[in-house]
Amino acid sequence: MSAQSEDAVVEELAESISVRRKLPFDYILDIFEAVGATVLGFFGAVGRLSSFIGKSVAHCFLPPFFPAQLGRQIIDIGYYSLPVVGMTALFTGMVLALQSYTGFSRFNAEGAVAGVVVLSVTRELAPVLAGLMVAGRVGASIAAEIGTMRVTEQIDALATLSVNPFKYLIAPRVIAGTIMLPLLVFVGDIIGVFGGYIVGIYNLGFSPGSYLSQTWDTLEAMDVISGLVKAGVFGFIVATMGCYHGFNSQRGAQGVGAATTNAVVSASILILIFNYILTQVFFS
Amino acid sequence: MSDSKLQLIGVKKAFGSKKVLEGVDLEVPTGKSLVVIGGSGTGKSVMLKCVLGLLHPDDGTIKVDNQDISRLDAKARERMMQKFGMLFQGAALFDSMKVWENVAFGLVQGRGMDRKKARNIAIEKITAVGLKAETGDLYPAELSGGMQKRVGLARAVAASPEIIFFDEPTTGLDPIMADVINKLIVEQVKGLGATALSITHDMASVRTIADYVAMIHEGTIIWTGPVEDLDDSGNPYVEQFIHGRADGPITRRVA
Ligand SMILES: Nc1ncnc2c1ncn2[C@@H]1O[C@H](COP(=O)(O)OP(=O)(O)O)[C@@H](O)[C@H]1O
Ligand SMILES: [Mg+2]
Repeated sequence: MSAQSEDAVVEELAESISVRRKLPFDYILDIFEAVGATVLGFFGAVGRLSSFIGKSVAHCFLPPFFPAQLGRQIIDIGYYSLPVVGMTALFTGMVLALQSYTGFSRFNAEGAVAGVVVLSVTRELAPVLAGLMVAGRVGASIAAEIGTMRVTEQIDALATLSVNPFKYLIAPRVIAGTIMLPLLVFVGDIIGVFGGYIVGIYNLGFSPGSYLSQTWDTLEAMDVISGLVKAGVFGFIVATMGCYHGFNSQRGAQGVGAATTNAVVSASILILIFNYILTQVFFS
Repeated sequence: MSDSKLQLIGVKKAFGSKKVLEGVDLEVPTGKSLVVIGGSGTGKSVMLKCVLGLLHPDDGTIKVDNQDISRLDAKARERMMQKFGMLFQGAALFDSMKVWENVAFGLVQGRGMDRKKARNIAIEKITAVGLKAETGDLYPAELSGGMQKRVGLARAVAASPEIIFFDEPTTGLDPIMADVINKLIVEQVKGLGATALSITHDMASVRTIADYVAMIHEGTIIWTGPVEDLDDSGNPYVEQFIHGRADGPITRRVA
């Protein structure tokens, strides 16, 4: 057999094996495969996240504890977020008063302004906006810090020095996030109402006494409590998302960048979803 | 051998479909220093991380003092870690802490030692690796690469471990600084009477710190012997590696 015809035979064989024409059935299989891979990937991610959250929470309650680390996170997450949350609450309260006044004055219902401000701030705006602001500020810095520690093997180093990274790095951040966001929101509630009051008195001509009494008459304990519970959940979400994405950061500066973005985006979306769920639970 | 401190038997590790370790067998005699050589990306760091419990091997047994450590629970693993010290490739210093706090970290946080006492030990170790005591109050970012390696070494030996691991201790250093680090490693390991497992691709490092040498290639140990036998191993892979030749049985797979 000549070399040339041998080649031709091989080529023909190869063609008949590998380049079989795709039948419509194959395309359907392809779709199933793609859907299957996506679904499996999704459940894989949910599983990994659940086990991470389970471990994080368990280590919040299991000794040894690292009080100095917790203290640092309380300052970092709580104290240093005060300006951001305070400014957000102040201007939100102010704009609410303005907007609701222009709306309600059409129905001669200006008296409802104080009530609308205090309900909106305590139930919705303070917890959600504080949660989103803290997701940007704290969630990003947690993911960047832990991600850098992962990439530079500092997390491995912790383990080789007999310190559990979940106890030393993650538990303090999760605890601090969960207790500090309600405190921040409580302060935000007061500042937000104060913002509405300022605009009400100096812009819209309310008398201080009537504005405050309208506020008190409308407000119920449940409005504030529901907002604070939401804040606790949002704080937990921000801290765990920051830790999860940082902890699983890929190598390189790009990996840490992606971890930071993912932490902020996932925390923000989860905050909006849980805000709806919790509102449904509290007020229906 | 009953006097081996650390033993790996058939250790396997894959990431997805990528097989990195395909049955590694290794034995480090008590009080000796074994150096594993091999090209970049051959799984040397992965092997160390399996021993340290930072990665879980898919298969195989790892024994310390003849006790299987690959299936320890978290508590027993933490106790086992107290026998270990590790110098990481990039030093892996905690950059939020001062140098002395880095060195004292395992003593204070891992073993609950009093901070004053731990600080004294840390300063002692810092001077033992040739740094000034005042360096203890600096932050890692203020140090050069060579100084960071020294601090990493001081941290690895601070708690007097029984087994010390070195991941490419000289990578990224100039030859003189590399020699200084190699000598410090020998000094510290011998001083503690510890067993050492190191990985490197730096031949100068091998000749300074090794009692025994093993070569890893494509996921298995293909040669092992005393360092004196390295030059006439008769193994073409080893010969190619120690002479750094481009052609030979080891071919670079461009992955
Ligand atoms: N966590 C990981 N996930 C996926 N692949 C990894 C991981 N760690 C290491 N690898 C891969 O394993 C191989 C061996 O890596 P490594 O042990 O770091 O090599 P070296 O011998 O240079 O130390 C590399 O190809 C690397 O990409
Ligand atoms: Mg390596």
